Parts: sequence; C-alpha cells; structure tokens
Amino acid sequence: MSENWINVCTSSDLVDNSGICALVNDEQIALFKICQGEEQFIYAVSNWDPIGKANVLYRGLVGSIMDEHFVASPLYKQRFKLSSGECVDDDSVKITVYPARITDQQVQLQIVS
Amino acid sequence: MTTNEHLTRIVIVGNGMVGHHFVEQLIQQSNEVYGKNQFHITVLSAEPRLAYDRVHLSEYFSGKTADELSLTSAEHYQELGVDFQVNARVDQIDKQAKMVTIESGAVFEYDKLILATGSFPFVPPIPGNDQPHCLVYRTIEDLEAISASAKVSKVGVVVGGGLLGLEAANALKEAGLKTHVVEFAPQLMAVQVDVSGGRVLKDKIEELGVEVHTQKATQSIEAGENSRYKMVFADGEILETDMILFSAGIRPQDKLAREFGIVIGERGGIVVNDHCLTSDPDIYAIGECALWNNFIFGLVAPGYTMARAAASNIVGGDVVFEGADMSTKLKLMGVEVGSIGDAHAREHGAQTYTYEDQVAGVYKKIVINAETNKLTGAVLVGDTGDYDTLLQYALNEIDLPEFPESLILPSFGDAAPTLGADALPETAMICSCHNVTKGDIIASLDGGACDLAEIKSCTKASTGCGGCAALLKSVTDSELEKRGVEVKKDICEHFAYSRQELYHMVQIGQIKTFDELLSKHGSGIGCEVCKPAAASILASIWNDFVLEKPHVTLQDTNDTYLANMQKNGTYSVVPRIAGGEITPDKLIVLGQVAKKYNLYTKVTGGQRIDLFGARVEQLPLIWEELIEAGFETGHAYAKSLRTVKSCVGSTWCRYGVQDSVGQAIDLENRYKGLRSPHKLKFAVSGCTRECAEAQSKDIGVIATENGWNLYVCGNGGMKPRHADLFATDLDTETLVKYIDRVLMFYVRTADRLQRTSVWMENMEGGLDYLKDVVINDSLGLGAELEQQMQHVVDTYQCEWKTAVTSEQSRKRFRQFVNSEKSDANIIFVEERDQIRPATEIEIDQILGVKKPVKAAATSINIVEVE
Ligand code: SRM
Ligand SMILES: Cc1cc2nc3c(=O)[nH]c(=O)nc-3n(C[C@H](O)[C@H](O)[C@H](O)COP(=O)(O)OP(=O)(O)OC[C@H]3O[C@@H](n4cnc5c(N)ncnc54)[C@H](O)[C@@H]3O)c2cc1C
Ligand code: SF4
Ligand code: FES
Repeated sequence: MSENWINVCTSSDLVDNSGICALVNDEQIALFKICQGEEQFIYAVSNWDPIGKANVLYRGLVGSIMDEHFVASPLYKQRFKLSSGECVDDDSVKITVYPARITDQQVQLQIVS
Repeated sequence: MTTNEHLTRIVIVGNGMVGHHFVEQLIQQSNEVYGKNQFHITVLSAEPRLAYDRVHLSEYFSGKTADELSLTSAEHYQELGVDFQVNARVDQIDKQAKMVTIESGAVFEYDKLILATGSFPFVPPIPGNDQPHCLVYRTIEDLEAISASAKVSKVGVVVGGGLLGLEAANALKEAGLKTHVVEFAPQLMAVQVDVSGGRVLKDKIEELGVEVHTQKATQSIEAGENSRYKMVFADGEILETDMILFSAGIRPQDKLAREFGIVIGERGGIVVNDHCLTSDPDIYAIGECALWNNFIFGLVAPGYTMARAAASNIVGGDVVFEGADMSTKLKLMGVEVGSIGDAHAREHGAQTYTYEDQVAGVYKKIVINAETNKLTGAVLVGDTGDYDTLLQYALNEIDLPEFPESLILPSFGDAAPTLGADALPETAMICSCHNVTKGDIIASLDGGACDLAEIKSCTKASTGCGGCAALLKSVTDSELEKRGVEVKKDICEHFAYSRQELYHMVQIGQIKTFDELLSKHGSGIGCEVCKPAAASILASIWNDFVLEKPHVTLQDTNDTYLANMQKNGTYSVVPRIAGGEITPDKLIVLGQVAKKYNLYTKVTGGQRIDLFGARVEQLPLIWEELIEAGFETGHAYAKSLRTVKSCVGSTWCRYGVQDSVGQAIDLENRYKGLRSPHKLKFAVSGCTRECAEAQSKDIGVIATENGWNLYVCGNGGMKPRHADLFATDLDTETLVKYIDRVLMFYVRTADRLQRTSVWMENMEGGLDYLKDVVINDSLGLGAELEQQMQHVVDTYQCEWKTAVTSEQSRKRFRQFVNSEKSDANIIFVEERDQIRPATEIEIDQILGVKKPVKAAATSINIVEVE
C-alpha cells in the first residue's frame, strides 16, 4: 500500500465536536474532530448520505454509543460509526472511511485509489 | 324501516348517558360472544338530540358546546347500524303485543325493551313556582334557558344545597349574578357530608361571595319590590331575586312504567333485580329510573354497571348488578369535597376520628368499624388529597394501620402512610366509570400494552370523569416496574435523568454549558438526543446566542444552520411574518430576493412565505438582504414559537369583536425565540367563527365581546387534539400573564419533543391541575414563571442578525474548507415556472451525460447553478 497522505486543510479549520467538508479530487469528504477528555480523534468519511441521497453528512451531529463515535445524518437521523462507516440503524448500508491524521498542523488524508 | 328477521329487536327508551352506554355495551358484548352484532337496535330519545355528557353539563357555561358534550353522533350510530329517533317520547307500552308507541303515533316492536328514562328534577310544590325565570338544571335546553334568564337578571337563588345545587350556584355566580343558596336542611350537602363538614363547606362557599341560607322553607314566590320576585320563607323572612333555580333533588322518571303495569317501588323507581330485569321478563330498567334493593343510584358509574349487567343478561353472560359504591370526590367553586361510604357513621358500632384546621378551612373525618380494623367511611372538606388512599382502604377492606388517624393527620416531613399501589388486591376498582380493576390493568400489560397511554386507550380507564388518573398512573408504574420495565425517563445513555430533572439541574446548579452538564451529571460525549435537549434547556433558561461556541455543536443541523434542510441538502428560508401581516414593500423584497437567488417560493400553512432551495453557502447572503429590508428569523428550524396565525378581525371583518391581528402580532413578538421542548403554535381569532383555527393550536385565543378566551394544548398534525378552554373573557394583561405561566410551566416540566397536547394528556390532574397552578398559583410558582419569561423576552435577539455579523459564525456556512465550489450534486429542474429538486432518475440522466448542469433531459428544463 502506497503511503500517499494528502494535505487537505489546517487543523485550525476543524471544529471541536463537529464536522466540516473538504473537496479532494472531486470527492466530498466529511472531516470530524471529537474531543473526549484529554483525547482527540480525527475521522474522515464520505460526505454522501446513502440513505438520504445527498451530500450532507458533515452537517450531522456527532455522539457516542457505548464509546463508539458516530455521526447522525441530518436528513433521516441514521447513525454511522466514524471508525468503520457501518450504519448502526441499517445493516444494508455503509459509508467509505479514510485514514486521517494531523501532522505539523496539517490535516492529512490517505486516499487509496 | 327495515327490520332484519334474524336479529333480536332491542328498543331502548331514553338516550341519556346510561341508555347510550347500553348501546355500546350490547354491541361490544355481542361481538365478543357471537363475533358480530346480533341485534337490531332502536334508540328513542325524548330530547331533541342524542346522548351527551350530563356529568360535565356545567361546562356548557364555561364555553363547551353541545357538540363537544355529545357522547355520540348520528354518523356514529349509523356506522354501528343503530336506528334512532330524537324528539321521540314514548307514551305507551303494549306488553302483550311487545311494542311501544311514541307521541307522534309511530310504533316500534321489540323482543327486549330497555327503559333508560333517567330522572327529572323535583320542583317543590310552592305557590308561584311555575312563573317565568323559575327554572331547573338537567338538560342542555335548561341551560340555554338559564343563560337567557341570567342575561336579564341581577340576583339568582338556587333552591337546594346539595351537590347539584352548589354546581348550579357556581354557574350563576360565574354568570355574574349575586347568588344565594337556600337549603331546607340545617346544612349543605346533607347526603354526602356530616354536620361539621357542612359547616366548613358553608364557610368556604360564603367566602366566595355566595350567600347560604340554611333551614329555610320557602312558602311562596311573589312579585318582588326591587327584584322580579320575592321568596317568602316559613319563618317570615323574605329574599328578593330575579330568578330561581330549583335543584331540590331528582325523582326517577317512572311514569311510563307506572302507567303500563310494571312494578314500581313505594316511593317511586322501577323495581329491578340483579339482572336489571323489571317485573316483565322482557323489559329491563337501567340508570337513574331503576330501583335496586330499594335504592336509586343518582350517579353515572352505577348506571353504567347496570347497562353492562342488562346487556350481559341479554347475550347470555353472567355480569350482574350488585349495588355500587356511592363515594364521590368533587370540587365545587374551587372547594374540594370528598365523601366515602358510611359518611354519617350510622352503622352499628361505628367510631370516628376527626381533624379540623379552622385556619385553612380543612375538615377530615374517618369512620371505622366496631372491630376498629377497617375503614367504613370518610368525609373530606377543603382538601381531598387523602381521598384515593382512603377509598382504597374502604373498598378493598384493607386492614387499617396501627394509628388510623395517621391517614388524615397532616404530615410534617415524614411521608404520610399512603397506600402503595402494591397493597391493592387485583379486584381493586381503579376506574369506576369504565369498570377497570387493577386486574384489568395487569391483563392489558400482559396483552402487550407497555405504557400509560396504551393502557388508557385499551381499557378506557381514566377517560370518564378523570378522577382516577393519579391512581391509574401509580398502579401502572408499579406494575411496569415489577416486570422489569424500568419506568425510566432517562433521555439517553449519557444521562440517567429525565428532561425535567436535567432542567432542574441546569437551573439550580447554574450550569451554562453542555460540557459542564456532561462532566457533572453525565458520561461519554453525548449524542443526537441529549445534545439538542440540553441546548434547548440552556436556551430556555439563559437564552444565550445559539451559535455561540459552547452551544453550536449541540444543535440539530437545522438549528446550527438556522434553516430547514430539504431532501437534497439545500435549505429553506422562512422570515418571520408576525400574525401573517405583511406590507407590499416587504412582499416585493421577498420576491426580489427569491428571484435573485432563484429560490422556489410557497405560502406556508402557517401564514408566511417559505423560500426553498438555498445552498448552505448562500444562506448568510440571503439573510443579509432580508435583514437589510427589516425581516428577522422565523425560527422555522427551531423547537420554539413558530407562528401566531390570525384572522383579519374587527378592523375589517363585519363580525370581528376585537383586533385579532394586533393581538397576534403582539403575542408573536413577545414569545418569538422562546426555546421549548417542542415547537409552539398560536392563533388568534376575532370572533367565535374562529377563522384562525385557534382551537387546534398550542395556545389559542378567541375574541369575545368582553375580552379574550384562552385555549391551551391543542394540536393539528398527526394526532389532532382540540384545545381546552382555559379561561374566559380575559383582558390582555391577564391573557399574557396566563400564557407566560402556562408556557414556562410547559418548558419546565415537559419531556423532550413532547407537544403541549401530549404533555396535557399525560399530566396528572389534567386541565384542572394546570388551571390550579396557573390561575390559583397553587404551587406558588407564578411570579417566578413570569419572571423567567420576561428574561427570555428581554434577551431576545434575531439569530440571523447575530450570525451574519460574526466572522466565526459565517465560517460555518461553507460547503468546503478548501474550495469555493459548490455541491455539484444539487440539481434543480423547472416545474410550473419555478425550480424543484431533480428526482434521482433525472439526476442520473443529467449526470450520466457528464455535463452536470447544462444537459437537457427529456421535456424538463435543467436549471443552471450559479
Ligand atoms: C413549511 C410547512 C409546510 C407548508 O409548506 O405549508 C411545514 C413544513 C414542515 N413541517 Fe409542518 N409545516 C408547516 C405547517 C404545519 C402545520 C400548520 C400550521 O402550523 O398551522 C402543522 C399542523 C399544526 C400543528 O403542528 O399542530 C404542521 C405539522 C407538522 C408536524 C406534526 C406535528 C405534530 O405534533 O403532530 C411535523 C413533524 C414534527 O414536528 O415532528 C411537521 C414537520 C415539518 C417539517 C419540519 C418536516 C421536516 O423535517 O422537513 C417541515 C419543514 C419544512 C421547511 O423546510 O420549512 N409539521 N406543519 C409549514 C410551515 C409553517 C410555517 O410558516 O412555519
Ligand atoms: C348538572 C349535573 C351534574 C352531575 N354531576 C354528576 C357527577 O359529577 N357524577 C356522577 O356520577 N353523576 C352526576 N350527575 C348525574 C348523572 O348525570 C346521571 O346519573 C346520569 O346522567 C344518569 O343517566 P341516565 O341515562 O340514567 O339518565 P338521563 O341522563 O337523565 O337520561 C334519560 C333520558 O331519557 C329520556 N326520557 C325520559 N323519558 C322518556 C320517554 N318516555 N321516552 C323517551 N325518552 C325518555 C330523557 O329525556 C333523557 O334524555 C350529574 C347530573 C347533572 C344534571
Ligand atoms: S374569525 Fe370572526 S372576526 Fe375573524 S375573520 Fe372570521 S368572522 Fe371575522
Ligand atoms: S373513575 Fe371516572 S374516569 Fe376513571
């Protein structure tokens, strides 16, 4: 697997406990930052809501179920796990997740093509 | 009329409460036994209408209409296949030929005849009792006559100080008359309460401005000097009055039975056995006309039990009538009175405990048996808080506690020994109106019901007089708990508290942010349930800007972007148009903005204009222009006040009696921005024609000649609910005060996403309780609630105005952090000269040719973005 990490935006563009959206190679990617106590988590998932069929996931609310972080679609409220992309409320759908990290104030994504 | 030969013909004489209950019971029991209705039922009603709720008749004076009081309707009977005739007084029975004749001469044959003729008011044989303005209190027509008479009278006298007499006196007082009650006996309510109780009751009622004259025998009614009439009493005293209302007891309506050879009791009443059969094997008598064991039951619950017994006998069942409990709890002119069992301690060996607090005007007595281990009766005046517990002790013969007096003594700190729901046997009657026992509740839980609302709907418990609401809830909760269903109101896994508890924590603990709440009382990071709930609570109490840093990520997406997300990820923009009133200039601005940003426009169901199809990055630009033109946010996205609908009112409409538009605008401006458990809708109508549909709103206001009638807790939507009349003829100041209190009490106590209608349905004590809290300030919260509302009013800000002027907030309205492009997936097509989101198929077609926005699909125009 090639190590092609791409810079997407700076870490100050992220919003605590919420999402923003980046356009990477015409692909819409939702980025979330979750703060829990001292810890911080960065997640990147596809912005496309496969159930609501619109590019809206970054505008969803984030939360946890049994310590798993999720985003709830703003359209019909289905919850998607941020680490795996699985939908908690509907087994038949899944969203793409991308490896994400912060290096030198840069938010980086790994897009495997 | 077509009579089906196979069906047993049932004719019911009288369509009062009991006659109607019989119809329902017979059909229900027939369906249970035969799987269908085996009967051809004919109902003959002497009144000009079908059955209505006589128990709540007095509410006619506070604005309930005949329709609202009705228990059935022509359509309903038609659906049930029940034939009926109104204005049909039966005046002959032919027992041999088995048929009855009505006054018009029409004849009805029967296989079984049911007499449910009720009773009539007794008018004492006083000379002059038959003049105009000498009235009785039994039917809707009687009430119409009383209303008419009250309009031309200043003073009114009620003859009879019993339960109904006091209810009638209240009606006269409410109608603005100087009111007197004249009672022959030495005390009020002599049937239900003892002498001391009667004295306390009299004091309380006189405090309210009604004059009570006991031990007065009226000898004649003559022409008066200052008033229309003069009542002359046996002791020589006189009382001047304009109208007289006789409420001196009721007599069974047994004339028909008497004339046609059915056995009658010595002092009236149609004699029946345990099956409610009369001396004729095919004729039953039920309700207030029936005499069972030498006793007439003047209450509705025993009548319903008789109806069940008679229906059961006809379908071959085994329900019998074995007498009924005559205990009552009521509130007369705000004075609580309760009476249980042997209230007068007449049984052999009966002993009593009494407690009296003259300062507060509270009197309580319990009666116990000779063995001193069972409760046999009680009298409560001024405070009926102990009624439910005492009644259960009496009805279920539960052993008394070691110190029986503890049941009525006030408790200081230590909880009084109330009877837990667990102590009740399964046979305990919980709802006597609908004959629901604790066993029935358990059965319906076993049958799958899982909350109070479901139990109410499948057993009908608590849907009659409502007196059993508190008991029903405690039995249900305790049974649910027993089967491991935690009756928990935890809002989610992060907080083990109900919304109401969280509200208190935030208020008492002065908590200002979600993080603080979470670290003090919760766990994890929260979720889509607790975050918006907390945001709403914080906003109700502190009213900070919702897009302020600590709050912004708590909001539902609609609240975060201050707009409603539509199916394709775009938003709608709804500026406030208070009361639905808008100037031509503002209308033009809406048109211009819509045109500039190519938005779809539509008039909403809430009397304002919605602009659809705005992309997230356009929202601040659009709002900047709207704010410039004087618009402010309409909160269409928030759980808060939506609209106050208005009708045009007295300014233009020829029927209007007040300025409904002005009132609607004022109310909308006062309550806009109030964050609440769910959305709130108001309406104001200018007269009773109700063009603004105020009775379907959370808060409804209808103009009257004298001010405003306030309605609360109505709902349109999925489960419509008629609003309840809360108070009448209010001036604007009082109206606003009551609305402040009702709404803040709702904000404090409702569950998450609970509309006022559901809140009301679940409230113990219901409308009366809410009235008590708001009008009588029974919790002493009034001033605090008003103050809190005033804080919200004073700290109002247009969120859009704040948002467009803050760099920080504006940053959130970007589609991409790293690009100025917009979402290429948002595609519109044109229909009826405006845009609409393309359907999935259309989008595939359009994107399929790889020219996202310009390709032409078959027969639709693609609308260009940007
Ligand atoms: C725009 C509008 C329809 C229209 O084109 O006329 C509308 C649109 C929506 N209504 Fe409504 N309702 C609109 C008037 C009504 C009315 C009529 C009224 O207010 O007089 C009712 C019935 C009255 C009532 O609420 O008691 C109504 C009862 C509902 C309900 C059912 C509420 C209930 O208690 O059963 C929902 C669902 C909910 O809130 O859970 C709902 C939910 C919605 C939502 C929020 C659904 C959604 O999630 O998208 C829609 C928001 C659209 C938007 O972007 O603005 N809407 N909705 C109306 C906006 C009025 C306004 O100016 O603010
Ligand atoms: C103001 C008021 C308040 C009350 N409050 C309470 C309360 O709080 N709790 C409680 O339990 N009870 C209360 N009651 C009593 C309760 O209303 C009665 O117990 C109940 O209505 C009796 O029902 P019924 O069907 O036997 O008689 P009714 O309701 O009187 O019905 C009898 C019907 O038969 C009709 N009829 C009579 N003769 C004929 C004929 N020959 N042919 C055809 N039709 C005929 C009558 O016109 C009438 O419509 C109250 C009553 C009143 C008036
Ligand atoms: S409700 Fe009455 S005042 Fe208002 S428009 Fe209708 S008729 Fe006129
Ligand atoms: S006792 Fe009247 S409703 Fe239950």
